[in-house]
Amino acid sequence: MRIWIPRDAAAKALGAEDVVAAVKAEAARRGIEVTITRNGSRGMVWLEPLVEVETPEGRLGFGPMTPEDVGQLFDGGPLSLGLTEDLPWMKAQTRLTFARCGVIDPLSLAEYRAHGGLKGLERALKMTGAEVVQEVLDSGLRGRGGAGFPTGIKWKTVHDAPGERKYIVTNADEGDSGTFADRMIMEGDPFTLIEGMIIAGIATGATKGFIYSRSEYPDANEVMAAAIAVGRVEGLLGQNVLGSGKAFELELRVGAGAYVCGEETALLNSLEGKRGTVRAKPPLPALQGFMGRPTVVNNVISLASVPVILAEGAAHYASLGIGRSKGTIPLQIAGNVKYGGLFEAAFGLTLEKIVNEIGGGTASGRPVKAVQVGGPLGAWIPVSQFATPFGYEEYAGQNALIGHAGLTIADDTADMMAFARFAMEFCAIESCGKCTPCRIGAVRGVETLDRIAAGDRAAIPLLTDLCETMKAGSLCALGGFTPYPVMSALTHFPDDFTTNIREAAE
Amino acid sequence: MLDSVDIAARIDEILASHTGTEGALLPILHAVQDSFGYIPEEALVQIARHQNISKAEAYGVMTFYHDFRAKPAGTHVLKLCRAESCQSMGADRLASHAKEQLGLDWHQTTPDGKITLEPIFCLGLCACGPAALVDGKVVGRVTPAKLDQIVKGMR
Repeated sequence: MRIWIPRDAAAKALGAEDVVAAVKAEAARRGIEVTITRNGSRGMVWLEPLVEVETPEGRLGFGPMTPEDVGQLFDGGPLSLGLTEDLPWMKAQTRLTFARCGVIDPLSLAEYRAHGGLKGLERALKMTGAEVVQEVLDSGLRGRGGAGFPTGIKWKTVHDAPGERKYIVTNADEGDSGTFADRMIMEGDPFTLIEGMIIAGIATGATKGFIYSRSEYPDANEVMAAAIAVGRVEGLLGQNVLGSGKAFELELRVGAGAYVCGEETALLNSLEGKRGTVRAKPPLPALQGFMGRPTVVNNVISLASVPVILAEGAAHYASLGIGRSKGTIPLQIAGNVKYGGLFEAAFGLTLEKIVNEIGGGTASGRPVKAVQVGGPLGAWIPVSQFATPFGYEEYAGQNALIGHAGLTIADDTADMMAFARFAMEFCAIESCGKCTPCRIGAVRGVETLDRIAAGDRAAIPLLTDLCETMKAGSLCALGGFTPYPVMSALTHFPDDFTTNIREAAE
Repeated sequence: MLDSVDIAARIDEILASHTGTEGALLPILHAVQDSFGYIPEEALVQIARHQNISKAEAYGVMTFYHDFRAKPAGTHVLKLCRAESCQSMGADRLASHAKEQLGLDWHQTTPDGKITLEPIFCLGLCACGPAALVDGKVVGRVTPAKLDQIVKGMR
């Protein structure tokens, strides 16, 4: 009997380890031999730990499993969900990047291959670098970290750059609240990322890669390091990738709790062993990146989307999505939400659909007040803008950004001024200190919001002015985008900023 | 407690194992902290010499990152997520409760040296908040009652 119990951090956080122990004990008590495989998560966090039992008909899901209920895996019971693949959440998705996540044993290269893995790499190995770059260009893939820069153009720049030694750097410093796609893929299907990085190496002529991950992700780092070790042993990594004669070495690096290192130039400094301060651009990292050499810096999801693009062809990927937002996007539905988790779909869904239909509204059962899209630097979107289709340009048109596609839902008890203050406080804590608008602006922002909280109406235009300065004058997105949550809160929820003014008047 | 000879010997081992590593300073600092629980000041001199940088530069790097400590933490480290998704599920109330129960503010350690309380910004557990990292282990949907249980286990 094969039983699947996720090793995903969310499943662990909700008791998966205790469930594993209970399943083992229950099986022993019944005299049944079980093989437990620790898979990734299917993305339905409200059902975690989601335990599956393999049957001839398919995998039967049970969740959320508790140690007390493990008998149901053998006898059936109220936690039985039927076939996991048939659950509405699974059927409604277009899983390309996350096709294998939660399905396979994350550390089995054989299972990875059996589920379509390595097809993209095998195709890329028969192509020239320029052809691979063209394929990625044609797919329309854009940076999933938030900036939305076309991945193929970045690759082309590195491909064309002269240099003996080039690098592929994965930005896995997923520090944005509301996002966990990088973590999930690293824990659930790490070979997808490795394959994407090797393809990037073939495309650009780079033979060394780094994954820059976070200390906040101990489980992802454990799986990723183990996958790299498996890749070396099985000839996926090393001097002779899949017997092709091409080399690709890969190293996992772990950050040390600095949010700003998610910014690509700060990340490169950190990787070089320096303080994670932001570098001025130009020079572009594509030309002078790690150690001053041509470097591709891509988000985990950008790179993890490459294998399927090469395997199925650029046209297939580009046929999905809307406008200039091609392909699929793993939406991370989080915060105060009934059905939270990861939902991969083609671009173009509205927040109305994502939050109220897919997410089922708030966990608290209260009305939704606003959704912060794109992490701590993203705008709070009020219900009145819920019809905006999910896409890079569509959000930019609403003074918002999709970022890494994390959605933090808040109910009507949320104090938007408190969120605005937090955004400034966070920026002050995490500022690298290199540019003045961010380093000092964020501190003044906290003070100004405290004046507003104390009932000083004159401080409101000052805050607006400060946000303009930070937006226009900061070196990177930390100082430059902190105004998004602040100004969106102020614009859409002015009443939250004037409560004390009214109280003082009365 | 290790004496300075032991520390120097262990750090030499760590430095030797990082020879040839490109941009080795962060991996070295992590390894030192994993070994000792903090970065001893004498280690910085040794590391700086190995990396061919000044002690000030090594110190500058170490202090830039929230994770690295100049002093040992408590026996147990409780990290509570403060980010927006967890806030929307009551992380602020949970943090106040923790501070009150422990008599600590952020980054402080109980007088008996048992528990250190720290903020953390996002564990990627945003669909099952509020989240915590308890001695390196992830915990989701932390209620005040669950937190009391965790703290009880640490005392």
